[in-house]
Amino acid sequence: MNSIGEECTELKKKYDDCFNSWFSERFLKGDHDDSVCAGIFKVYQDCVKNAMKQQNIDFKEIDKDVLGTEGEYKAPPSGSS
Amino acid sequence: MARYFENTSTFNFSWDQVTRGYWKRYPNPQSTHVLSEDTWSREVKDGCLYTKRVLTKTNRVPKWGERFFNAKSVKIIEESMLDPEKKVFVTYTRNLGYTKVMSVVERVEYRSAGPGLTVARRSAWIDSQVFGFSRAIRAFGVDRFKKNCNQMVSGFNHVLHSMFPRQVASQHSMTHTLKEMREAAAAATDRAKANVLSTVNRT
Repeated sequence: MNSIGEECTELKKKYDDCFNSWFSERFLKGDHDDSVCAGIFKVYQDCVKNAMKQQNIDFKEIDKDVLGTEGEYKAPPSGSS
Repeated sequence: MARYFENTSTFNFSWDQVTRGYWKRYPNPQSTHVLSEDTWSREVKDGCLYTKRVLTKTNRVPKWGERFFNAKSVKIIEESMLDPEKKVFVTYTRNLGYTKVMSVVERVEYRSAGPGLTVARRSAWIDSQVFGFSRAIRAFGVDRFKKNCNQMVSGFNHVLHSMFPRQVASQHSMTHTLKEMREAAAAATDRAKANVLSTVNRT
């Protein structure tokens, strides 16, 4: 899959590979130390944020958390939709 | 008032497999509308994995909708919370920008439903605040959403099947099906022959 910034796609792939093996082989097996991909994530992040800045994307709106907050939509009681 | 929609789908894969497949969902044959996918933030907190991703998707709208919504693509924010102990994975997505024209919020909860089975319960809220057109836009949004649901499930299944092929079980049922099909075809041929014969006999 491509990154939003063409120049970040290679970094994204490297990070995704790192994450996917960490997720399968460590996280799901109970090892929650996520430092192994931190280095590549930082480099990839810098690239993506730069690309998004150039596309005038609103960072504030992305940073806003909704899941797990008061703002999260709740399903109506079943049968009332 | 937002239109609410929900459905449930079952994946014939364990919860671990579904969550592993989730991050590799794109690209798949049904995802040509997904243009990009990036991880915005990710952290492990109290044993749970929190991820925020930004996706870009093409924006397919009918001709009449172009005057409100002429963007070629839209950005989607996907927040997720994954609890490996309870085996619960919740994704929550919303569109970035154009929310007055049409806002689509989707919440999906993936829960283990026994060995090799995962149930995804999907809720969606679709709203529009365009004066005079909100009803039509909401109706269009719900319709498009329903169609996309089926594509989403079949695309995800495609990825899961290629990641976790099941040799024994699927081959067995395939052989079974082929045998049934052959028998059904033979029976149909017999019936057709009998029909022809009876027609010939009549004339």
